[in-house]
Amino acid sequence: MLMPEPDYETITRRDEIIANMHSIVPADCVIFEEDELRAYDCDGLMAYKQLPFIVVLPENTEQVSKILKYCHENGVKIVPRGAGTGLSGGALPLADAITLGLGKFREIIETDYENRCVVTQPGVTNLALTQAVEHEGFYYAPDPSSQIACSIGGNVAENSGGVHCLKYGLTTNNVLGVEMVLMNGDIVRIGGKHLDAPGYDLLGVINGSEGLLGVITEVTVRILQKPETAKAVLLGFDSNEAGGGCVAAIIGAGIIPGGMEMMDTFAIQAAEEFVQAGYPLNVTSLLIVELDGPAAEVEHLIGKVEAIGRQQNVKYMKVSETEEERQRFWSGRKAAFPAVGRLSPDYLCMDGTIPRGQLSYVLTRLGELSEKYGLRVANVFHAGDGNLHPLILFDANEPGELEAAEKFGADILRLCVEVGGVLTGEHGVGVEKRDLMGEMFTEDDMKHQQRVKCAFDPRHLMNPGKVYPTLHRCAELGKMHIHHGQVPFPDIPRF
Amino acid sequence: MTEILKVETEDQVLDTIKWAVAEKKPLDVRGTGSKSVLGRPTELDHVLDLSELSGVSFYEPAELVLSAGAATPVVEVEALLNDQNQQLAFEPPDLGSLLGSPAGGGTLGGLLACNLAGPRRIKAGSARDHFLGFTAVSGRGEVFKSGGRVVKNVTGFDLSKLMAGSYGTLAAMTEVTVKVLPIPEKIRTVLVTWAKDGIYDHGGNKAMTDALASPHEVSGAAHLPAAIAGRSAVNYVAGSGRAVTVIRVEGPEPSVAHRCEALRILLAPLGDTEELHTQNSQILWREIRDATYLTADHGRHIWRLSVPPKEGSRVALQILEGWPGEVLYDWGGGLIWLALGAAPDACAKLVRQCVTAVGGHAMLVRAPEDVRDRVSVFEPQEGPLDDISRRIKDGFDPSGILNPGRMHKEF
Repeated sequence: MLMPEPDYETITRRDEIIANMHSIVPADCVIFEEDELRAYDCDGLMAYKQLPFIVVLPENTEQVSKILKYCHENGVKIVPRGAGTGLSGGALPLADAITLGLGKFREIIETDYENRCVVTQPGVTNLALTQAVEHEGFYYAPDPSSQIACSIGGNVAENSGGVHCLKYGLTTNNVLGVEMVLMNGDIVRIGGKHLDAPGYDLLGVINGSEGLLGVITEVTVRILQKPETAKAVLLGFDSNEAGGGCVAAIIGAGIIPGGMEMMDTFAIQAAEEFVQAGYPLNVTSLLIVELDGPAAEVEHLIGKVEAIGRQQNVKYMKVSETEEERQRFWSGRKAAFPAVGRLSPDYLCMDGTIPRGQLSYVLTRLGELSEKYGLRVANVFHAGDGNLHPLILFDANEPGELEAAEKFGADILRLCVEVGGVLTGEHGVGVEKRDLMGEMFTEDDMKHQQRVKCAFDPRHLMNPGKVYPTLHRCAELGKMHIHHGQVPFPDIPRF
Repeated sequence: MTEILKVETEDQVLDTIKWAVAEKKPLDVRGTGSKSVLGRPTELDHVLDLSELSGVSFYEPAELVLSAGAATPVVEVEALLNDQNQQLAFEPPDLGSLLGSPAGGGTLGGLLACNLAGPRRIKAGSARDHFLGFTAVSGRGEVFKSGGRVVKNVTGFDLSKLMAGSYGTLAAMTEVTVKVLPIPEKIRTVLVTWAKDGIYDHGGNKAMTDALASPHEVSGAAHLPAAIAGRSAVNYVAGSGRAVTVIRVEGPEPSVAHRCEALRILLAPLGDTEELHTQNSQILWREIRDATYLTADHGRHIWRLSVPPKEGSRVALQILEGWPGEVLYDWGGGLIWLALGAAPDACAKLVRQCVTAVGGHAMLVRAPEDVRDRVSVFEPQEGPLDDISRRIKDGFDPSGILNPGRMHKEF
């Protein structure tokens, strides 16, 4: 992975920059010794590591503002970092950039049940938000599988998903407002406890901007009443086509389940061996369909799903009878990554989204690719929204296997785009998928996206080298080639 | 004289915009023009008429996705979806009667460009939340796309959000893709009819808040003061002569019946409760969605305020103390439709003071041209956010040829 050439002039000024940071934050908030920096050398994408230049852990918005203002004025780059659980390398350090960790922003500022929202600092974990309001019957809906560790600020940066997205939306659909510090140190507030924005929807662009536009210092999220009840159904099929057909039939019947997950043979077996979730081992494809809501609705819909299953020649079907059993059904799916990981020294987790109708074609092609590269692959799939997570197994100690796994992964993502899907459904582009952006976007597509970047950070100091394969200078992006008199008057009907 | 440039293909959109850039001819970008009076008035010599870019190009009910030419009529999209028992879940309003244009005239692209949403906004989100991707020609004279045809996508910046609510000032969209969802099997509405005393005209907040804080998955919560309720075509609502709070639940039959009963028990201490079934519910929520109660008396100025829901009645009462008018509450109190007697500045100062005090924004939806020219139609932005918006406009439309002045007096 080629990162932007470090700026040696910055690197030679390291002591001076550290001294300036010490003038803004207390001494223990600046990390510069190599052994301590080591803890920050990667995020959840551990295949790529880089020792940070300096790590600074500010304690409040004013400090963030002063740090960014200093960096802006002195041309020092910034890599924002939440909990460091991201899977695409969005928080991968740079050799000449301050890694700005928001780990000290751990307070929930306000729970407001009447307006059904929570105002929080960005370092609070996703799960802690739910825990703070559940005694009143509320919860925060997006639930990425890292929810115990990932922070809400990071969720905004990555527009995180989870297993309940189809019904309850992604982070972007659940964030009402943010306080953010721009690269020049300006503190801005966008949105709040009300809905929608006046003017351009900047909040919409900030969600999923992967730390390229600003540093989030406060988030307002909407909270929902917990569904009265939830039940899950396991449905096993003897082909991926049949499993995919069942998913289409459920949605075709007008049912939007709270969660709908699919696993292939390899993933089923690995999960079952690992946590004994009670999965059938004689099926090719396993669906977990969760219905949530009022008890009367859940009972009604379970009946419908069972009928659909039978029409689709289900080979195994079980409805959870207790909350404990429902949790057990999920335990296998939730442990799928480590379960598969146990079978191999290393694995790469991919994250493409495809139109659901293409599932069986994509799985067949995946099988062929697996043979071609000589690497095993297990598939777990957010079937409701088409988000596919193939896990490629490899051994980094075997020469060439990491490279083969990366090539295999790139081929999978190309396949996703080829069938009408996208490179990443919820993990983000980061550095991992950066060089594949051209598979999905033209130069003009990416240049328009980067013009938004230029509106926030014209000097490209915030998280450079991430998301976009080529860093165009903003002055160059702003140029327009106009040929006066050479553009014919358009040959179109005029009235 | 206005010249209409009627384009039929994306290439023609591109040619026209390149020409407009070279000749410095600002373009009034429009679909059918049904919402041309929404926003600041502009007087431009050339109209980029996109109305021929119409037709659904891709619809897969099982994928919950639909793509169409940007100027495809919303009614055409809704009819097609309806055949498959699906809908645009953000409940697109038809502001035709409010704005004095024919009903059913809007296009899908126009709907997205104005980021409109109806009562289900509180549960399902706004147009922006259902806008998955688009192709457009920016004011640079370049074709670009963003997003895709799948609901879960974080590949690159989410420019669909930026296009939603940009009123055609950044790019002329040619093709759009939206998420669609099943139509609920049944709809019911719980009515809470308040005691005769006039103070209940603005007393719906507690009923709406209690209902929305319940686990009964409310998909609409509105409050109609007595005079407004009296204009409903639904007898149960109009007949009582009192203020009415209305709470909507949707879903499978047994679920709806159960939740409706639970909500009636929950709200019984507040007033008399009654319930409407599917057909009457549809009529009522369409009235609320389109704010048709306020269409009469075209001399009045109409504002649309978005505030924290709890503050709804307080903000409205404060404004009404300063100037005579009427309100309709939606979104659990978070959306206030406000009809004020005519004033030279449409009471902008008063309205914005009251809204800003609680956090929120106000848009002047209906007023004569000269008023919309004088008064900032959209909530004015200041400082760094205004700078960012200007730079975005400058990045996408450096010559300022796409709908200049529509959102902002200066760009």
